Amino acid sequence: MAEGIKDKVAIIGMGCTRFGEAWDKSADDLMIESSMECMEDAGLEKKDIDAAWWGCCFPMGGLSGLPLSMLLKLPFIPVTHVENFCATGTEALRAASYAVAAGVYDIALAIGVEKCKDTGYGGLPDFGGMMGGTSRWDMPNATAPGLFAIMATSYFAKYGLSPEEGKRTLAKIAVKSHHNGTLNPKAHMRREITVDEAMNAPIVAWPLGLYDCCGVSDGSAAAIVVRAEDAKKYRPDPVYIKSFNIAISSGEEKMYTDWDYAHVETTVRAAAKAYKEAGITNPRKEISMMETHDCFSITELTEYEDLGISPRGRAKEDVDAGFFNLDGQIPNQPDGGLKCFGHPIGASGLRMIYEMYKQLQGKAGPRQIKNPKIGLTHNMGGFPPMNVIGISILGL
Amino acid sequence: MVGITSYGAYIPRYRINRNTIYSAMGWLNPATLMPGEKAVANCDEDNISMAVAASLDCLNGLEREKIEGLYLATTTSPYRERQAAGIVATALDLRPEIRTADFTDSIKAGTTALLAACDAIKGGSAKRVIACAADSRLGKAGSAQEEIYGDGAAALLLGDSGVIATLEGSYSVSYDFTDHWRGEEDKFDRTWEDRWIRDVGYTKFIPEAISGLLKKYELSIKDFAKVVYPALYVREHAAIGKGLGADPGQIQQQMLATVGDSGVASPLMMLVAALEDAKPGDKILLASYGNGSDAMFFQVTQEIDKVRDRRGIKGHLALKRELTSYEKYAAFRGTIPIEKGIRGDEIAFTQLSNLWRERRAVLALYGSKCKRCGTPQYPPQRICVRPDCGAIDEMEDYRFSDKKGHLFTYTGDSLAFSTSPPAIYGMIDFEGGGRYNFDLTDCDLDSIKVGMPVEMSFRRKYADPARGIYGYFWKAVPVQA
Repeated sequence: MAEGIKDKVAIIGMGCTRFGEAWDKSADDLMIESSMECMEDAGLEKKDIDAAWWGCCFPMGGLSGLPLSMLLKLPFIPVTHVENFCATGTEALRAASYAVAAGVYDIALAIGVEKCKDTGYGGLPDFGGMMGGTSRWDMPNATAPGLFAIMATSYFAKYGLSPEEGKRTLAKIAVKSHHNGTLNPKAHMRREITVDEAMNAPIVAWPLGLYDCCGVSDGSAAAIVVRAEDAKKYRPDPVYIKSFNIAISSGEEKMYTDWDYAHVETTVRAAAKAYKEAGITNPRKEISMMETHDCFSITELTEYEDLGISPRGRAKEDVDAGFFNLDGQIPNQPDGGLKCFGHPIGASGLRMIYEMYKQLQGKAGPRQIKNPKIGLTHNMGGFPPMNVIGISILGL
Repeated sequence: MVGITSYGAYIPRYRINRNTIYSAMGWLNPATLMPGEKAVANCDEDNISMAVAASLDCLNGLEREKIEGLYLATTTSPYRERQAAGIVATALDLRPEIRTADFTDSIKAGTTALLAACDAIKGGSAKRVIACAADSRLGKAGSAQEEIYGDGAAALLLGDSGVIATLEGSYSVSYDFTDHWRGEEDKFDRTWEDRWIRDVGYTKFIPEAISGLLKKYELSIKDFAKVVYPALYVREHAAIGKGLGADPGQIQQQMLATVGDSGVASPLMMLVAALEDAKPGDKILLASYGNGSDAMFFQVTQEIDKVRDRRGIKGHLALKRELTSYEKYAAFRGTIPIEKGIRGDEIAFTQLSNLWRERRAVLALYGSKCKRCGTPQYPPQRICVRPDCGAIDEMEDYRFSDKKGHLFTYTGDSLAFSTSPPAIYGMIDFEGGGRYNFDLTDCDLDSIKVGMPVEMSFRRKYADPARGIYGYFWKAVPVQA
């Protein structure tokens, strides 16, 4: 009988680079930076590491286990490359956690990186060639903003929001994240914006404008995990993993006609399993803080409902009430989120966990949330009709 | 009895007023000014996509599996070698056991394809053959050709039963008359002096073929309800008829001011227009132009009234959107290089073995339908997508290209590269079941709404000129009320 991962694994060290347009840094530089901070935080050296999982999504970060192993000069230990779209970072830590929980290794490293800014153009690297099958012909010439903007169109239509009303709600989400970003020295974007600025920004993919879209960044984040019973040997304040869940689209969203394109089904499924694993029965009351996947403002809006925090179709009310602001009941994106901390694909899942780890340890500086108990990260890869959701729940 | 059993046509939705062209480029060549507008293929249309559209109009409601041949006449194929007729036949979901051929290299190829199809049926080697013609010819910026050439297509189904217009006879003349030509590397036509073309070619060959036909079959021009021949010049088009002794009312109206000179498609499009107005018993005389002329005559039968639900020329002429920008027109037709950015320039290699394997899914828009639960699904699945079914390998083929649908949700993407930004795409729900994401075309962002009806249209999906590859797929077009 499977028992789940709750309280079997602890994070004893983490590192995260500043995210941004790192024109003068390679993926290698970023991984060295995050892994060094991580090992120093854990008080370990690389000889202590038994196995490593590293993730990047686009091939320009490298493939196979070799880029990480040869970069850090890891001494002939197992190193595995993982990729699961934008949920890659969560996937790397999940693999490392399961390996130590299984008792196969004592100390495992998970690291994620992406070097997005070597493409020569704005937005994410083109994924046209990555989808396989007949997507060469049968996928629209689409970008990520477009595939998520479609969800805003159908969400507005389903709940009867005018474009003006809908965009105003989305703008408030961006304004909140921009504010949080100003409090974080490692964030990509550190500038306050106003609702009007967000609403009047140039359209990227109708109805989403510039401020509805997250930063495209370079960066890396890393974590070291050990079995829970060993954790206090390394530090007094380890952070325990309460749940890891990944859910992946079955194809019914894209090809069957029941789905409304106004929510993300995988989030609903992964959240139910995650809450069960972590023993959470009332997420709105029990979760202290979150980092959810706000690649676009509409993604964040629907996540509130899909995660069971806001009633279906009524996330707008919580957004309007400031429920998710830094001083709200469940602060979301305290570090600025993908929106302002930035989104180096393979690193983002670990970056979210980094923020929860620092908040739980009370080390989040001016953006510190008062006395948090339970942090949730929600990391999404792909697009609303076909995606990967990785949820982690962390606590003391 | 052999002849036409059905007809169809296609005129691209975009039209440009010649004043728009002249305002932009008239400074270069002030003598080019012509009245009227012309049809412009959208940036995702070409001769192949237009031939598919005209043939679908022609085959509306007919059994495609009974077609035994497809002849495509065109002078503007994107491929020097790769049969355009083969792409069209696959898109139309014709069975593989048929004859296909391209008729090309002369703008009279449309009538030649028509005659060859009739000959095949008369000779007993086929019962039903489609002859279609499509052209999208380019003129250099500021040239007379740029103003005159328009884009369009026509399709005629030929057979020996249910004939709406019997082919009664033909007469051809063929000359190596080099009025215009394109060499190995030429993108644009080269032409000899216009006055020589007009006086020695156009106004001579058509009358010669028609006179030859009248003499051969002992007919008088007065016997014909309509005399149909292409227009290269407005005044000389009328003069040819007058010279042959036809009343103005007998001469099929030329389409220079609405469509332009659509090359090989021109005489066939005019024939379709004539058939739209024809009555049983009418005789129709058709002649083409180009390196000589093919003349033929048809006798309209009682069956004509059974083929009235085609969009044809009239329907397509009515569906139009004005292209108000010359620069956009030039970008659509590829006569000026436009900035695509590195994102737009990134084109993955086309896996041709993959395309072959999936040709029915990609080119004919075949999905599958679960035999257990009846759910249609695209692309074809081996394991049923319906969550409470999940049947394995219990699928039958299911064609989506002729299914109507509605727009479930959409976006206009300004980040994706498009020659006609923003790139509009969304989810289509099909009547009868099935959902998939498709590009939308022939529309703009302001005019579309969640829930609006759409139909599927075969389009060029991408061009990879560096490798000489042109990819095709189906897009959704909002149905205009």
